[in-house]
Amino acid sequence: MAEFFSDNPWGIAIWIVFTILALLVPLLVSLAFLMWGDRKIWAAVQMRRGPNVVGIFGLLQSFADFLKYIVKEVVVPAGADRFVFFLAPMVSLVMAFVAWAVIPFGDGWVISDINVAILYVFAISSLEVYGVIMGGWASNSKYPFLGSLRSAAQMISYEVSLGLIIIGIVISSGSMNFGDIVRSQDGVGILSWYWIPHFPMMFLFFISALAETNRPPFDLPEAESELVAGYQVEYSSTPFLLFMIGELTAVVLMCALVSLLFFGGWLSPVEFLPDGIFWMCLKMVFVFFIFAMVKAITPRYRYDQLMRIGWKVFLPMSLAWVVFVSFAARFDWFWGFYARWAVGS
Amino acid sequence: MTVFAFYLFALGVIAGGLFTVVSRNPVHSVLWLILAFLSSAGLFVLLGAEFVAMLLVIVYVGAVAVLFLFVVMMLDVDFAELKAEMAQYLPLGLLIGLIILMQLGMAFGVWEASDVAAAQLSSPTPVDVHNTAALGLVLYDRYFLLFQLAGLILLVAMIGAIVLTLRHRKDVKRQVVLQQMYRDPAKAMELKNVRPGQGL
Repeated sequence: MAEFFSDNPWGIAIWIVFTILALLVPLLVSLAFLMWGDRKIWAAVQMRRGPNVVGIFGLLQSFADFLKYIVKEVVVPAGADRFVFFLAPMVSLVMAFVAWAVIPFGDGWVISDINVAILYVFAISSLEVYGVIMGGWASNSKYPFLGSLRSAAQMISYEVSLGLIIIGIVISSGSMNFGDIVRSQDGVGILSWYWIPHFPMMFLFFISALAETNRPPFDLPEAESELVAGYQVEYSSTPFLLFMIGELTAVVLMCALVSLLFFGGWLSPVEFLPDGIFWMCLKMVFVFFIFAMVKAITPRYRYDQLMRIGWKVFLPMSLAWVVFVSFAARFDWFWGFYARWAVGS
Repeated sequence: MTVFAFYLFALGVIAGGLFTVVSRNPVHSVLWLILAFLSSAGLFVLLGAEFVAMLLVIVYVGAVAVLFLFVVMMLDVDFAELKAEMAQYLPLGLLIGLIILMQLGMAFGVWEASDVAAAQLSSPTPVDVHNTAALGLVLYDRYFLLFQLAGLILLVAMIGAIVLTLRHRKDVKRQVVLQQMYRDPAKAMELKNVRPGQGL
């Protein structure tokens, strides 16, 4: 039976489809509850109740919203480029899900274990900007167009600093494979994860991830209270739902990246407990909780401040950090604290 | 399976290139161009050059094509007019294309590769080093000086572009962030108790 799934081409195809479903279905279901949790946390900080009508504690609110989006009418603006208009939300959704192919949830628990996994995630997340640009342009309306330019500029700017921070991690672990990066953090539990050697970059990565996924305080693309809701103004019903799911999936992907790169993925924080998928999920939920808290407690940035902090603060800092990490890894400063490839292999 | 994937990507490249040229809407042209880039990245993956494939996607699709898209969207050009003008340049364009095609044919028709090169072509990277590391070893080790020089040339080009477009205008009000941050809230605001009917 095992040979059928590893040698026979049909068996391989069935196995791949099975692994994809085993990832996607739990992911989609957890998205619904994360959305609910996001709103609940937001409400709790502002001393409101949040969603509490559908189901116990409002747990089924996301499913009710889902149904509502599905059954509403799809409105296409006059003069819109129909093909691109419907392609945009699909691009946004598909790109958000495709990146999960290389994210490991446990040792070897990954759909595709490729050498350049980090570059792959980075390439896919640089494609996500197309959903935004195409959506804004195809609506054939001024507000979405300006909104899409705004958010595209923001997403591209913060990709640069994200990439440089990732390079620091890659230098430290000597591999671009997520599995190897996590294994290189194995050691004395929580103390050997990269959040200590790459401490300042953890915050930079987190803030850049906020900006990259258009989360508050950098939600300038939407900025519903002052700028009209950005590139998605003309979208309604299912296409809008696709945009929203895509955005939330990108956020959860960033949570996964933070926990893989800085918090040791599936590794257990203390040595006497076993490693496993449980830790990975727990870390992702924790990072998502921080995302939600930031959303609840910070006021929105001004656009020129956003651009300034991206290009004039984060970029030079992360560049200097890459140089520092390179020297530290090459000349074994701090007893090889920064050069883990020698430890791992 | 590999053959199927190859023909899929090859078809993607050819269709993308063709529609880039013939589509009427310039934004559609750029989108087709992106399809061509993505398909050629797929071809690189099939060749086992996954690092180059990912770089192609990151640099060309993620950055260069976004720039194209910005420019094409923002430019207010009447493309129908341009199309009409294009007809008179068509013979010249065809002539140039033909000459380049002939030159390429003549160059590659008499191309003779040495045996060493042919042997290296079949296995471009060393056996037990995967190609990210192999590229790094070549770029940062053997051709380090040339690599640095290429970077220097790009830097000069960038400085040149900045110098050409930099203007100091006196009549523009600028925001100085440090001043804004170090402003004292107590001094910035003054509360006054205004009596009704009197004003300040």
